[in-house]
Amino acid sequence: MTRKLLSWEALLLFILIVVVLINVNLSPFYLGLNNQINLFQLSIEKIIVALAMTLIIINAEIDLSVASVMGLAACTLAYLHAHEQPFVLSLAVSLLIGAAAGAFNGFWVAYAGLPSLVVTLAGLIGYRGLALVLLEDESIGGFPEWFNQVGQQGLMGSVPFSLLLFGLGVVVVWVVLQRSENGRYIYVIGNSADVARYSGVNVKRVKMALFVASGLVSALAGILLAARLGAVRGSTAQGFELDIITMVLLGGVSIFGGSGTLTGVVLSILIILNLRNGLSLVNISGNTQTGIIGLLLILSVLIPNWLASAQSWWARRQESAAQVSG
Amino acid sequence: MNSIRRTIRPEQIREFILVLLIFAAILFFGSQIENYYQPRTFTRIASSVAILVVVAVGQTLVVLMRNIDLSVGSIVGFTAYFVGRAIVNNPELSPLSIVLLAMLMGGILGLVNGIIIAYGRVPAIITTLGTLAIYRSLLVQFSDAQTIITSALPEWLVNLPQVNAFAIGEWELKLIVLIALVIVVIFQLVVTYLPWGRRLYAIGSNPDAAAMSGLPVTRMTVSAYTLCGALSGLAGFLFLARFGNITVVAAQGMELQVVAAVVVGGINIFGGTGSMFGALLGTVLIATLEQSLLRWRIVSEFWRDALLGLLILLAVATDSVILSRLRAFWARGGVEQVQIEN
Repeated sequence: MTRKLLSWEALLLFILIVVVLINVNLSPFYLGLNNQINLFQLSIEKIIVALAMTLIIINAEIDLSVASVMGLAACTLAYLHAHEQPFVLSLAVSLLIGAAAGAFNGFWVAYAGLPSLVVTLAGLIGYRGLALVLLEDESIGGFPEWFNQVGQQGLMGSVPFSLLLFGLGVVVVWVVLQRSENGRYIYVIGNSADVARYSGVNVKRVKMALFVASGLVSALAGILLAARLGAVRGSTAQGFELDIITMVLLGGVSIFGGSGTLTGVVLSILIILNLRNGLSLVNISGNTQTGIIGLLLILSVLIPNWLASAQSWWARRQESAAQVSG
Repeated sequence: MNSIRRTIRPEQIREFILVLLIFAAILFFGSQIENYYQPRTFTRIASSVAILVVVAVGQTLVVLMRNIDLSVGSIVGFTAYFVGRAIVNNPELSPLSIVLLAMLMGGILGLVNGIIIAYGRVPAIITTLGTLAIYRSLLVQFSDAQTIITSALPEWLVNLPQVNAFAIGEWELKLIVLIALVIVVIFQLVVTYLPWGRRLYAIGSNPDAAAMSGLPVTRMTVSAYTLCGALSGLAGFLFLARFGNITVVAAQGMELQVVAAVVVGGINIFGGTGSMFGALLGTVLIATLEQSLLRWRIVSEFWRDALLGLLILLAVATDSVILSRLRAFWARGGVEQVQIEN
C-alpha cells in the first residue's frame, strides 16, 4: 500500500491537479478549449522530441544535440528554399539531414563506443555551427502558404494537427516500448548493456536505431517549428534541450537508464505545459519560467532520491523495532 | 624502447602531439592570413586564453573526479555582471576586495552545485544543466534589464587588460595572462603533490573503490565544485575587466568552449586522467583557431562552432582508440620489465 501511494506517477498526477486548480483560479479562460489546444500548439516541437528522448534515456544514453539538430533541419529547409529548390524536395533533404546527424551520433556511440554525453555535446556545438554556416546572420522566411498553415492552425477540421501528432507520437512510442521485441530490449540494454549483449541482443543496432530516430524526430520538430514561426534564424530552437530533458526526467525516467514509463512522461509533459501557461497568466517572464524549469529538473531527481532514502530509513527502523520487540 | 617507456607516459605523448597541432595551426594560418605573425595576434589569442583557461582549470578539477559542470558560463556571466554593479555603486572598493568578492560570489554558486550533487545524489549533468538555467535567469531577473557600461567603471579596472607584466620590444606579456598562467601552475602542483589533488584522481578512476577505501567523496565533491565556482568567479572578474560592457547574456555558451578545451586537452571525461597543462594546451588550441578563423577570408567565421564540435569528437575518438592502445602497450612493457628483472 505504501509503495502504491509513493508511486511517481501518482505524485505527478497530484501535482498536475494542483497546477490545474491553481490555474483555474487565476483565469476563467484557462479551461477553455482554445487555451488548452494552444498549449499543445506552442510546444508540440518539444513534446515529440521528448517522446524520442524517453527511449534514449531509458536505454541509458542521452542526446544533448536535439535542439541543434532541430535548428540545423530548419536552417537547411530555409537555405534550400531561399536557393529556389522545390519545396517538397527541401523538406525531404532536411529530414534526411536530421537522420544523418542522428546516424553520425549513433555511429560514435554504438560502434566506436564513445560516451553519448560527449558525442552529443560535440553535436550540440557542431550541428548548431553548421546551422550558422548555412544562414550566417540572416533570417529567412517566405515559406509556401500551406506550410505556414500547418504550423499555425488546425489541419483536420476541429482536431488541430499538433494534438493529432501528439496522440500519434504517444501511440507509436507505447507500441515500441510495450508491444515490440526491440522495445523491451531498450529496457534490457538500459539496465545492463553487458547482460543484454551476452543474452544475444544486438545492442549496437538498437542504439544506432534510437539515435537515428532521435535525429529524424528532431528534424521533423525543427521543420514544424519553422512552419509555426514562419521564419528561421541560425539560433532557432537554441536551448530547447533543457525543456526536453526536463520533460523526460520529471516523468520518472531514470537518468541511469532501465526504468521509466510513458504514462509518467505524458503526465510530466502536461504538468510543464500547464505550469508554463499558469506562470504566463500571472505575468512571469519566459526567462524566469526557464529558471523554474531548471529547478524542476533538479527536483525531479532530488525528490525520488529523498523518497528512496526515507523509505529505506523507515524499513530499517521497522526492522530494528521488530528485533527489539522480538 | 623500454627506457623510453620508463621516462615518458602516453599522456605526455598526447600533450606533445597537442603542442605540435598548435604549431601546425599557427603555421597554417600564418600562410593564409596576411600579417599574421605580429605580436598583436598573439596578444589577442593570449587574452582570450587568459579568461578561458581559468574556467578550464576549475572544470578540470571537477572532470578529474568524473563529474562535469555545465553551469560555468552562467557563473561567469553572473559574477561579471554583479561584480560590475558592485563597483559602479561603490567605486571606492579596493581591487583586492573586488577580486575576493568575485571569487566569493562564484564560490557560493559552485557550493550550491556541489551540495546538490554530493548530498542530493543528483547526477552532475542534470544538476548543472539545471543551474545553468537557474543562475542565468536569476541574473536576468535581478538586472532590471540594465547593462554595465565601460564608462561607469573605475579607470584601473578598464585599463587592467592593457597592463603589461613585462615586455620585450613589441612582444608583451599582459598581467591578466600572467595571472592565468600562475593559476595553471599552482593547480598543476596541487593536483600533482597535494593529497587533496591526488584524491581527485583516485575518485575519478573508481568512485566506488575510493569511497570504500575511506576517501571523503562527498566532501571532495563539494570542495571541487566550490573551487570550480570560485575560479569561474575570478574569470567573471577578468571578463568584466576585458569587455567592460556587460549584458545579461554575457559569457552565454562559454561552458561549451570550456568543456571542449578540457576534452581536447586530454582530460578524460570519465575522470582519473589529465593535467592542468593539458587543459592549458586545449584552451590555447581552441583560442588560436577561434581568433584566427575571425581573420581568415576564405572560410566564413561561422565555421567556428562546426569545427569546434568536430575537434571535440576527434579528441575523444583518438583518446579512446589510440591512447588506450598506447596505455596497453606501456602496461605490457611494464610486465615484461618485471619478468626480466626476476
